[in-house]
Amino acid sequence: MIPELGQFALVLALTLALALGTLPLIGAAKGNAQWMQLARPAAQGQFVFVAIAYACLTYSFIHNDFSVLYVASNSNSALPLAYRIAAVWGGHEGSLLLWVLMLAGWTFAVTVFSSHLPEDIVARVLGVLGLVSIGFLSFMLFTSNPFDRLLPAAMDGRDLNPLLQDPGMVLHPPMLYMGYVGFSVAFAFAIAALLSGRLDATWARWSRPWTTTAWVFLTIGIALGSWWAYYELGWGGWWFWDPVENASFMPWLMGTALIHSLAVTEKRGSFKSWTILLAIFTFALTLLGAFLVRSGVLTSVHSFATDPKRGIFILIFLVLVIGGSLALFAWRAQRVGLGGRFEVVSRESLLLTNNVLLLVATGSVLLGTLYPLFLDALNLGKISVGPPYFETVFLPLMAPALFLMGVGPVARWKQATLPELALRLKWALGVAVVSALVLPLVMGKWTPLASLGLLLAVWIFASSAATLSARLKQTPGALGAKLRAQSLSYYGMLLAHVGIGVLVVGVTMVKTYEAEKDVKLAFGESVALGGYAFRFDAVNDVKGPNFAAQRGTISVTRNGAPVSTLYPEKRVYNVQKNPMTEAAIDSGLTRDLYVSLGEAVGDNAWIVRVHVKPFVGWIWAGCVLMALGGLLAVFDKRYRVAARVARERAQTAVAGVAS
Amino acid sequence: MRRWLWPLGIFLVLAVFLGVGLTLNPREVPSPLIGKPAPQFELPLLHDAGKTFTQKDLLGKVWMLNVWASWCAACRDEHPVLVDLAKSGVVPIYGLNYKDKRPDGVAWLKRFGDPYVLSAYDEKGRVGIDYGVYGVPETYVIDKQGVIRYKHIGVVTPRDVKEKILPLIAKLNENT
Repeated sequence: MIPELGQFALVLALTLALALGTLPLIGAAKGNAQWMQLARPAAQGQFVFVAIAYACLTYSFIHNDFSVLYVASNSNSALPLAYRIAAVWGGHEGSLLLWVLMLAGWTFAVTVFSSHLPEDIVARVLGVLGLVSIGFLSFMLFTSNPFDRLLPAAMDGRDLNPLLQDPGMVLHPPMLYMGYVGFSVAFAFAIAALLSGRLDATWARWSRPWTTTAWVFLTIGIALGSWWAYYELGWGGWWFWDPVENASFMPWLMGTALIHSLAVTEKRGSFKSWTILLAIFTFALTLLGAFLVRSGVLTSVHSFATDPKRGIFILIFLVLVIGGSLALFAWRAQRVGLGGRFEVVSRESLLLTNNVLLLVATGSVLLGTLYPLFLDALNLGKISVGPPYFETVFLPLMAPALFLMGVGPVARWKQATLPELALRLKWALGVAVVSALVLPLVMGKWTPLASLGLLLAVWIFASSAATLSARLKQTPGALGAKLRAQSLSYYGMLLAHVGIGVLVVGVTMVKTYEAEKDVKLAFGESVALGGYAFRFDAVNDVKGPNFAAQRGTISVTRNGAPVSTLYPEKRVYNVQKNPMTEAAIDSGLTRDLYVSLGEAVGDNAWIVRVHVKPFVGWIWAGCVLMALGGLLAVFDKRYRVAARVARERAQTAVAGVAS
Repeated sequence: MRRWLWPLGIFLVLAVFLGVGLTLNPREVPSPLIGKPAPQFELPLLHDAGKTFTQKDLLGKVWMLNVWASWCAACRDEHPVLVDLAKSGVVPIYGLNYKDKRPDGVAWLKRFGDPYVLSAYDEKGRVGIDYGVYGVPETYVIDKQGVIRYKHIGVVTPRDVKEKILPLIAKLNENT
């Protein structure tokens, strides 16, 4: 009964999406206020019904209803409750439902936080979101229904993939999807602007907080995925350039370009058509990601069970939505004009250069990801493209981008001069160069790449400090007043940039100074690595709720003083039977100690893998700082003040009409 | 107008490639073993550890080698297809029980039916390595000269049997 209710709710949601995707758009085109006003209730109703469907599926999981095929395939009665709830998004159908729930949720949020917007823009934005929603809802109902029954019911479920039974993995997809789906709001604003023909700076201001919020979620989602891969896959890597990782990284790169471009459009009125194009591309890349993961055109560790019908459906959807948007863009963009002029040396041109670098970086990731498919389609053979390609291409693109990142915030809008920039940044540059030469020597080994990485990281820190101090000098008052006078979005920008620097430190240090060993250890034997001694004490059997494990005990000492005791595990889950490696990690500010168990050799010896990873935690700390920076920018009161002013103005206008 | 059409043009080219990509199967990796003699092995039988089986016993016959295990969920999906094929008597199917526990394998065949003439017991998976097994189930068709003619990765479906395996076996049986 409950699953049928859920399915019925989905059908109702689709009906509302059909109304939402058509009537308000027509109303906005014809100036029919009644049709435009349908947008909010239709969007809110859609959210309610999708939420009901989601609750129904969750209910089936909690109550172990193995007569639902999706539940039987992704859960088990021995699975702990928290994971049963998370298992809702453990497979293709349910994760799609989560995606749709979030899309409906973002649409709902737009209905709530849009009281300051003109009615026709609200109608258009919600209408475009409705069109996107039609695509996803019908995709689910026609090809991937999570409520399909399995009759007769299974005795027990096939269990959630053990790789997913982990707190990091529970949060990774929702965060990632919040990011993906959030970019559809930015897309909807861009299309609404194109449709309305009002391509001034206002649409950029409206869509900025939404875009930044989406970017924050995506940043956290990617970081969680990377962190999970690090501690869960058992060999200490944190980024693999896997097609599906790339599928999330491409919208992130493009979204990063988009939030910067939006800033220019809002403040200076420049880059107008460029910003719209970036908004379309970012959304297109999220759809492409969905296509790559769910159609099976590429092999990846993440792939869902695939079905060609699904691939065709998403592809048609992609062609309609993105092809349609780009055609609309081609038709309308010539009227947009290019906006405010600026000189070769100015903040605009620095941001534009960085934008282009990010776009090219995205393009090169896209090329590497799809290259196997291109070759196969042209019958030129089967190949796979691995990390060497991506690393070779990425570094030369990112190094100048990171350098310009330091210059941008210092440069003036419209026109800056090189001597002025040099004057402002000479200290930052000096500190960066000295650190690049000295720090690697302190770490014990000087390599060109380590030096370059540290140069860029310290450059970012120092130039951020330089821009902050220059700003404070210009502000009158005591230090506290000076600090309070700066806007939240300014601090957000600084924090996000510092986050990038922290990330660069982490990546550079791990790449250059990590040490690892695979050794055979008998009980009581030790191995020395990076100044630490790892003693292999024992392996014991332990039982978990739905798995059996062998747990090793490894004591770590440094110069005879105890540092930590680590318990890596080898688990075998009762239902799916595949062995899983649970690494044990001692995390610290400047290094992680990472051990995992390989295979048993004879009765009392194992292959043990030990790593010492300097500064690896900085990789994710950097992502957290970036996300926090984004959050600060979203909460900048400028948006709320602007919103309140607009609302008051609207109310006085209404009052004026009434009196 | 024309310069604004560039993004659309590039996107459409990309979409065509994605469409072609859908018709291809990235998992269909050409096996280097096809056309080569089947790697040699001699293994104990699953049901009788005292006896052994080697691929040489089957020279002069067209036969199928199916790699399976009781821990393999996909093997259960494939199993009825193999049972039907075995009943039809077109081709003898030999099993390679891969990285399994002996009692588990025997119990599994008892429960789901035994399509195999016999199953060789590859406890450590050494023979599997020689055959390039990278996911269970996998299926090989071997001709009368002991040469591998076909390798199938993943579940054999009734359609695979009808469209690929049966025609191939008929052809191989003609060539004496």
